[in-house]
Amino acid sequence: MAKPIKEDPKDKVGTTGHSWDGIEELNNPLPRWWVWVFYLCILYALGYAIAYPAWPLIHGATPGLLHASTRLDVEKDIKAFDEMNAPIKAKLVAADLTAIEGDASLKAYALDAGKSIFATNCAPCHGAGAAGVQGKGYPNLLDNDWLYGGAIDAIHTTVTHGVRNTVDPEARNVGIYMPAWSDKATGALADVATAKLTDEQVGQAVNYVLKISGQTADEAKATAGTQIFTDNCAACHNPDGKGNRDMGSPNLTDAIWLYGGDEATLTQTIKFGRGGVMPSWGYAPEGSKPRLTEDEIRAVAVYVHSLGGGE
Amino acid sequence: MSTTEEPSLYAAREPIFPRRVKGKFRTLKWWLMAVMLGIYYLTPLIRWDRGPQMPDQAVLLDISSRRFFFFMIEIWPHEFYFVAGLLIMAGLGLFLFTSAAGRVWCGYACPQTVWTDLYILVERWIEGDRNARIRLHRQPWNWEKLIKNGIKWSIWLLIGLATGGAWVFYFTDAPTLFWNLIHGTAHPAAYITMAILTFTTFFFGGFAREQICIYACPWPRIQAAMMDEDTITIGYRDWRGEPRGKQSVAGNGDCIDCMACVNVCPMGIDIRNGQQLACITCGLCIDACDDIMDKIGKPRGLIGYLALTDEPLERAGKADLSIWRHILRPRTILYTVMWAGIGIGLIVALFLRANLDVSISPVRNPPFVVLSDGSIRNAFDMRLRNKHGEDRWFTFSATSGGDVTLALEGTEELRVLVKANETREQKLFVTAKAGTVAASAHHLPLRLWISDAEGTESSKAERVYKDTVFNGKDD
Repeated sequence: MAKPIKEDPKDKVGTTGHSWDGIEELNNPLPRWWVWVFYLCILYALGYAIAYPAWPLIHGATPGLLHASTRLDVEKDIKAFDEMNAPIKAKLVAADLTAIEGDASLKAYALDAGKSIFATNCAPCHGAGAAGVQGKGYPNLLDNDWLYGGAIDAIHTTVTHGVRNTVDPEARNVGIYMPAWSDKATGALADVATAKLTDEQVGQAVNYVLKISGQTADEAKATAGTQIFTDNCAACHNPDGKGNRDMGSPNLTDAIWLYGGDEATLTQTIKFGRGGVMPSWGYAPEGSKPRLTEDEIRAVAVYVHSLGGGE
Repeated sequence: MSTTEEPSLYAAREPIFPRRVKGKFRTLKWWLMAVMLGIYYLTPLIRWDRGPQMPDQAVLLDISSRRFFFFMIEIWPHEFYFVAGLLIMAGLGLFLFTSAAGRVWCGYACPQTVWTDLYILVERWIEGDRNARIRLHRQPWNWEKLIKNGIKWSIWLLIGLATGGAWVFYFTDAPTLFWNLIHGTAHPAAYITMAILTFTTFFFGGFAREQICIYACPWPRIQAAMMDEDTITIGYRDWRGEPRGKQSVAGNGDCIDCMACVNVCPMGIDIRNGQQLACITCGLCIDACDDIMDKIGKPRGLIGYLALTDEPLERAGKADLSIWRHILRPRTILYTVMWAGIGIGLIVALFLRANLDVSISPVRNPPFVVLSDGSIRNAFDMRLRNKHGEDRWFTFSATSGGDVTLALEGTEELRVLVKANETREQKLFVTAKAGTVAASAHHLPLRLWISDAEGTESSKAERVYKDTVFNGKDD
């Protein structure tokens, strides 16, 4: 192309002196308003440093003229949130327990609240998915087998008072345990046992339980175990082995086991006893607060009831 | 300024006073401006009947209810890929237009250009054309200058207010919001958005103008990579125009150096310096130059749309390639194919959408639950969406390699009601009896059917399925 350009900008502003592969950089002046924007940013930063917490001190920081605090904002938000939820919480507490699930808005609130309460308070033992931990005897809350009942009010009572804890006078099953039947066992659970069984007798009882739960058992031992069961176990587990919810004694004939239904685990259970503990969530000793308020307990009870095993 | 003198590091903005121009590109730009501003300001006012429980605004971005409405199309949050697809199409479209015809977006359609054009129209209407504006600009502040500027700024502010006002109408029912705005009862977000947009429109269109294009917008830089020697763009035919100067002097080219092209330029540049970053290819210099060429009896087109590959042809006295020879090249064809492919994909997806939509996520903590009779139960979290304009009952069934039974949480029935235009979460239990194939298989494919339980005849057959897996007790 010919040179139609009258003024070469290179003559006008020169170059920065940088040249790469023959490509030079013009030394164009910066628009002045850019500089003003830059100064404005500095002014803004100064204003910000005065208005908002900015300068670190040995303890904390300068508070700023506006006394802004995200922590206080969160507290305010939580307070506003609690105020917003107060009416539905009151409604939840006032409602008849069995009527909650019939009320769509109450149920929706209870499920949402219950889910987060469960995750915070119950999941450490019962698992995030509420499936429990079998080896540890933390019950699975999803199935349809309940030691103390799976109706909404039964769940509510269990959550409120807990099981075999030492604080709540109304806790379920205080003083009621699966005793340690072995003649070699010692300790509190052994003291509860009304009789002592030899290892052979324990083996017979185990095989009887295997048989009534539909598993493979040694027929001879199981027959011998029938009498042992009747004499020692039937008082709590009932003669048919189906358990008794009043005592929290499990059904031995179904497919669900709190600690495990195999021969080794059953032997361990009969020999050395069991006695799981659940804390009380609603009991408050004088001058203290319960771990969960009534509305929270109700919400979590509704949530657990909805998990698939509710009665 | 000479090179020996130390140049200043900073330069003040040179005010630009574009002269009025008439011609085919100016006429085209007036029409485009009217159409585009019309679309922008009037679209929120269009009504569209969607039934009693639905908003009747044709174009509505209902963020609080998480729905986008566009005439007969309704976009739910899980269908956001439509919006993403449209954005990709917009991007590819921009690539296509830039590689074919240079910065047509910048010159004709960019809001910065359109609103600046409108603001300059107001400015010219109040203060007069270029020379009058320059005089007013140079004279000291007096009543005339104060009043003229006052009127101009007021009208600019009103235009800015209308711009911000129209913007918020896209996000909620426009007539309702209008009265709320008048009565001062609208949401603060509406007022704040309007205030910000009023100010930015006023400032960008009234004062910043070409500075936005040159310094703030990334597009001029990106466009350099989109254009090649076949791209149609605005150029000065220096081989015809140079040497510029008086017509009466023999040997001079067609350019009489009248500065008409410079005076009309909204970017304040001289197109005769060749292609440059600041040129938005608005076409006004073509109109200005053609007008002069007509007056001095020379052929039009000293400044005009041409491609770089035309230059050697013209210098050799040959005719330009046809526009289509320039435009149809692998690059533009590829952009068009990609653009159309996505467009066709979106349209197909749009027509394949069911009014009944469900997503199913299997509960995997735990993978299965053993019930007291030994049967195995899986749980599935379902999210049912009813996109009909009326309440619907949904029912469920399953097909799998083994016998399974279904149950819903919270109800004895195997059907649930989903309200019109709402989403409902529902837990589904699938149980296999102990000892069956499903209960003892590690996992088994499971197809869950969700169908309209009742409703109008036409939708009776409507049902969808989701494939998932049933986990058995693997021992």
